Amino acid sequence: MEAHVDIAGKSSETAAGRRDYLSVLLWLLQAGPIIILVTLVVAFGLLAPHFISVRNLQNLLAQSAIVCALGLGQFLVILVRGVDVSVGSVIALSVVTVATLTGVDQPSSVALVIYPLVGLIVGLINGFLIVKGGIPQPLVVTVAMLGIVAGVALLISGGNTLVGVSPAVHWLANGKVLGIPAGALMVLVLAGLFWLMLRRTQWGRWLYAVGGNPDVAQWVGLPRDRLIMSAYAICGTTAGIAGMLYHGRTGSASPLSGIGYELDAITAVVVGGASLFGGRGSITNVLFGALIIATIRSGLQQLDVSPFWSSVAIGIGILLALELDVLRKHIETRIRTLRARQVSQ
Amino acid sequence: MSVASPDSISNVASAARLALSVRDARKAYGFVTALAGASLDLHEGEIVALLGDNGAGKSTLIKAITGIVTLDSGDIELDGRPLRLRSPADARASGIETVFQDLAVFDNLTVSDNFLIGREQTWPRWLGPLGLLSAGQEQRQWREHASALSVSHVSPSQEIGLMSGGQRQAVAVARAVAFARRVVILDEPTAALGVRESDEILTMVRRLPERGLSVIIVSHNMDHVVRVADRAVVMRQGRSVGEMTVRQGVQKDLVAMIMGVT
Ligand SMILES: Nc1ncnc2c1ncn2[C@@H]1O[C@H](COP(=O)(O)OP(=O)(O)O)[C@@H](O)[C@H]1O
Ligand SMILES: [Mg+2]
Repeated sequence: MEAHVDIAGKSSETAAGRRDYLSVLLWLLQAGPIIILVTLVVAFGLLAPHFISVRNLQNLLAQSAIVCALGLGQFLVILVRGVDVSVGSVIALSVVTVATLTGVDQPSSVALVIYPLVGLIVGLINGFLIVKGGIPQPLVVTVAMLGIVAGVALLISGGNTLVGVSPAVHWLANGKVLGIPAGALMVLVLAGLFWLMLRRTQWGRWLYAVGGNPDVAQWVGLPRDRLIMSAYAICGTTAGIAGMLYHGRTGSASPLSGIGYELDAITAVVVGGASLFGGRGSITNVLFGALIIATIRSGLQQLDVSPFWSSVAIGIGILLALELDVLRKHIETRIRTLRARQVSQ
Repeated sequence: MSVASPDSISNVASAARLALSVRDARKAYGFVTALAGASLDLHEGEIVALLGDNGAGKSTLIKAITGIVTLDSGDIELDGRPLRLRSPADARASGIETVFQDLAVFDNLTVSDNFLIGREQTWPRWLGPLGLLSAGQEQRQWREHASALSVSHVSPSQEIGLMSGGQRQAVAVARAVAFARRVVILDEPTAALGVRESDEILTMVRRLPERGLSVIIVSHNMDHVVRVADRAVVMRQGRSVGEMTVRQGVQKDLVAMIMGVT
C-alpha cells in the first residue's frame, strides 16, 4: 500500500484518513454489545441501590443462562441466514418427554441425555425440511414446527403439569460453584466449546462461508446443505439443554413451558450484533446480547418500572441493533470504495 | 451464421493433445434455452477466449464444466475420459479451477481463508472438518503463493470485504491458479478492474501454459483477448458459431464474428 500512497499524493492521503476514521467506527460497532452492557450495568448500579449486589448478580446470571443456551444455537442458524422460532416449544417438548419417560419421583441421570436428544431430533427435522424440502423460507418452516412441537408436548402430557425434577437437573439450574450459578458455568463452558468450533475448525469456517455467500460456497464445493442442517441440529440441541435448565428452575414439567423464549433467543443474537444478512457475529457477543436483555429486565424491575416497559425497551433494542447492522454494511462499502479510489490513483 | 475461414483455424493448437472437450451441450431453464448444442475444444497449454454477447450462454457452459449446472444432454471429456461431475467438488478434484463472474469471494472471511477455502488442512486428521486449523500455517501458504501476485503486500489476515474490487479479484484468481492441475477457467476476470489491475491478471494468465495448464477466458475486451488468447471461440444463442486464431489486429474480425456480421 505504501508504494501507492507515494505516487497518489495528497488526495489519497485524505482518503486514507477518512478510511481510518471509518475503520474506528467499524471497530466501535463490533465492540458495541460489551460497551452497551457495561453502560447499562453502571447506569442501573447508580440508579438502583441493590442492583450491584451479589444476590442480584447471581440471579441475573442464572436467569440469563437459559437465554444464553438458546442464543448459542440460534446464532449458528442466523449465521447461515436462517432463523429457528421452534426453540420455545422444544423446551416444552423436552421437559414433558423427560417427565413422562423417567417419572418425576424416580430421578434418573438418563434424563440429562434425553433433553438434548429431543432437541436434536426436532433440529434435524427442521434442517431436513429447509434443505431438502425445497422450502426457501426458514421462518415459515420453523413456525410450523413451533406449532407441531407444542402440540406434541400437549399430547404427550395430556395437558397435565407433572411437578418435580431430578436432583441433578435441579442442582444444575439452582446450585452454585464458588458462588457462581452452576447453569451459568455450564453455559459458559458450552460457549467456549462453540467459540473453538466456530473460530478454530474447518466446520466453523465453512459455516461462516455459507452465511457470507451461499452460492459461492456451493460453487467452491463446500457441503452447503449438510452445513446448514448441522446448524439447525445444534440449535435444536441447545434448545433441549435450555429445556433442562428451565425444568430445573421451575421444578415442574408443563406442556406450556418456554413460550416466548424464541423471541428472547433471537433478540440476544441480534442485539449481540450478529447480522440477519448472514455470515457475521461472534459467540462472545451473543452472550453479551443475552446479558443485555437480562440486565434490562432485572434493572427495570429493581427500579419498580412496570415489566411492560421492559418489553418496549427490548423491542427498541432490537430495532436499534438492526439499524446499526445496516450502518455497518454501509461503512464497509464506503471503506471499499475509498480503498479502490486509492489504488486506482 | 458466420463460419471460420479455413486458414484461420489454429494449427498451433491442433497439434497439441486435447485437454478438455465439450460436445453438443444442451441446457434449458424452463422456457429459456441457455445452451443449444454448444461444443468446445481446449488443447493442452492453450488459452482459448470464449466470446459472445450477453446471454450467449458462456457462463452456463462454464458452469457445466465446473459441475454447478447439470447438462440436459451432451458430453464433457477431460484428457479423453468422460468427466462425471456430480458437484463442483468433483471438478476441483479433477484439477479444474474457476474464477466465477461477479467477484466470487467470501466478503466476511480473510484473504488466506478465501484462498484456501475447501482445502484447509486440519489436525488431527481423523476429526475431519472438526479438526483444528492452523492460522500460522495458512498465512505461510498464502505468502508462498501470493508472491507472484499484485496482492502479495496485503496481509493474509485482512478481511477481504474491506478490500478494493481489484484486490478481491486478484485473490479469487490466485485461488484458481494456485491449485489448478489441468484447466483454469476465468469468467470475465477483468470486468470490474482498472488498467493496472487488469494488466497484472493478464500477465499471470499468459504464464499459465508454462505449467502445462489450459485456460478458458471469457472477456468483452478484445484488446485483452488479443493479448492473452491463442484462439477465440464465439458463441451465439447457446451455440458455438465460429472460431479464429488470435493474432495482432484481429480485434475487428472478432467483433464482427460476435455480432454475426459476415
Ligand atoms: N439460473 C438461470 N435461470 C434462468 N435462466 C438463466 C439462468 N442462468 C442463465 N440463464 C439464461 O440463459 C441464457 C445464457 O446465460 P449466460 O450463460 O449467463 O450467458 P452469458 O454468460 O454468455 O452472458 C440467458 O438468456 C440467461 O438469461
Ligand atoms: Mg456471463
